[in-house]
Amino acid sequence: MPTEADVRAQLRQFILTDLIRDPSFPLRNDEQIITDGLIDSFALAQIGVFAEQAFGVYIPDPDLTVAKMDTLDLMVARIMRDVM
Amino acid sequence: MTDAIFNRGTFRTLWHSRVFDTLFFHQPKGEPRKPAIIFVSSGAEPVIVTREELTDRAGRVAHALHTLEVRPAGNHKGKPVVLIAHTQGLESIYAFWACILLNAVPAMLPTLTEKLDPDHYRRNLAEVARNAQARAVLTTDEFAPFLREALPCDVFSSAQIAGAETGQNGADWHAGLRLMARVGGDIGYLGETDNVLYPDPDTVALLQHSSGTTGLQKGVALSHTALLNQLCAYGGALGLREDDVIASWLPLYHDMGLIAGFLLPLVLGVPLVLMSPFDWVAHPALLLRAIHDYRATFCWLPNFAYNHTAQRVRERDSARLDLSSVRAFVNCSEPVRAASHQMFLDRFAPNGIRADQLAVSYAMAENTFAVTQTPIGQAAPIETVDREALQSRLIAEPVPPDHPRALAQVSCGKPIPGSAVKVVDDAGAELPERQIGELMVKSDYMLTGYYHRPDLQPFDADGWYRTGDRGYLANGEAFVVGRSKDLLIIAGKNVYPQDIEALLYELDGIHPGRAVAVGVLDDREGTELLAVLAELDTDDAEAKRALQVAVRQHIARSSEVTVSYVTFVPRGWLIKTSSGKAARAANRDKWLAERENKGS
Repeated sequence: MPTEADVRAQLRQFILTDLIRDPSFPLRNDEQIITDGLIDSFALAQIGVFAEQAFGVYIPDPDLTVAKMDTLDLMVARIMRDVM
Repeated sequence: MTDAIFNRGTFRTLWHSRVFDTLFFHQPKGEPRKPAIIFVSSGAEPVIVTREELTDRAGRVAHALHTLEVRPAGNHKGKPVVLIAHTQGLESIYAFWACILLNAVPAMLPTLTEKLDPDHYRRNLAEVARNAQARAVLTTDEFAPFLREALPCDVFSSAQIAGAETGQNGADWHAGLRLMARVGGDIGYLGETDNVLYPDPDTVALLQHSSGTTGLQKGVALSHTALLNQLCAYGGALGLREDDVIASWLPLYHDMGLIAGFLLPLVLGVPLVLMSPFDWVAHPALLLRAIHDYRATFCWLPNFAYNHTAQRVRERDSARLDLSSVRAFVNCSEPVRAASHQMFLDRFAPNGIRADQLAVSYAMAENTFAVTQTPIGQAAPIETVDREALQSRLIAEPVPPDHPRALAQVSCGKPIPGSAVKVVDDAGAELPERQIGELMVKSDYMLTGYYHRPDLQPFDADGWYRTGDRGYLANGEAFVVGRSKDLLIIAGKNVYPQDIEALLYELDGIHPGRAVAVGVLDDREGTELLAVLAELDTDDAEAKRALQVAVRQHIARSSEVTVSYVTFVPRGWLIKTSSGKAARAANRDKWLAERENKGS
């Protein structure tokens, strides 16, 4: 079972490499990634796919929203809720 | 098989009215309970609006607008322009049809999103309102007070419209029905006085605004005649039938969304399954569920949407969906890539997707919408041409698919009835088939002009419209290979690089002439992505990090797109043209080559 630190590290890596496309970007945990324009709302669907593939967590559509997924902290918390 | 819509007697009769909305408002007589719109969303139950209900609601809003003094002057020339800046939903749709009923000119515009800077959005909207000499803006309650401070026209909130619908000023909503009855009676004007007749078919029916930032944004004015001619020609080319169902996630401020994903179904009497583009982009399975649930038969998608759907729909969300009812997914609005079709086909073959469902159209707002269409029921033809001959000799020379320089080109099909396409060289001389030049379009459904912009002349002396697209014709079919104009098409949105560069220069640390915005084709996304290259004076890591964030934020908040790559380069890195400007294509190629070298 992945720990919170594992989830955070993998998710950060995914966001930097696949979404922001800059592995050296110093992303803060509370940075508003979507509302501040670092990535666009297409990424919500990508995060949904990644959470399922990497951690086996299916995030239902009502939780895949800008308000609920805007920071790394929010995403980690939502995934950890269902990590088995 | 059900008859094509165009064989119906009623349709033919109504056609002769030459006013496009009569088709919409008169058809319900026969089938009032037929669904007009089924609005679906990821967080709520579907809302089904019958033709009768849609007509009722449009009439009620029309009455409200009339009460609020949004009225045509007493002649055909005095049509008030109404900007609809709502979240995409039924309210904006009722408002659109209310404007049509009132003989006002509606224009659908994007709404404010979480990422946009509200002040920037408001400035843009004010500019559009000034250019269009708008009478009113319709928007949400939350947003109306903020807009009112800066707009040069009335701003009406949802509550104001609802208030005027339901009885303030001595009216109640039945008044709307009475108005509708009068309209139904004689296609006449609905008002207290009979000072306006139903519109002259050649007057402007609606405006479509091209994407782009302030200054470049212009209203494409379309007449009733143009809309009718396009809907007839395109509906005919598709062989649209009474049992068809159109599913769409497209925004109504975009030509593909407004014409193919809104007017085509509603005016021709085909049910429309609609959703918010914001909902779809985050939850792409929503569209597939809609197709499955309502047995949809047509769906228009820009190229990136094939990649997005194929890669971002989770297996469990698509597992039991049947997509075999679709007669055509029509790829349109950005360069079509064979690889995107293949990705979509591979991913959804278990759901009943076949190659013969993958069609292509070439379209633009200035032509109302479609110029060409590949045959429905057949895979869009793909040919392979010699890449080197295409690039250096400007000829599309067919080669076998396994040729080392083979480049796949997807056909956009032949011109639909009423359209003509030719290819010209830089001097304007017509070129023979297979030679690359600029695509020119002529039709009987072209724009009237750019609204209140007599300085912008869209046509040449012979009435041809210069598209800015480069391509060729082969066996009468059009193939698009690139752009003449400096324009990026990012996920279906047209973006002018000079607008992005102007935004970059607003940032401290980036100097005019020392930054470029370029598009890079991305195989995974199936579209161009925006890259920014800028020369900096500083080497300080912290300053660079701050500017990196500032660039991404500023572009996101002030434009419709986000930046995918921000690269800072040392002074003197950017290649300049002879006139001292940064050369976009050369700098993009240099940057891509450096990236490739670093990667290898």
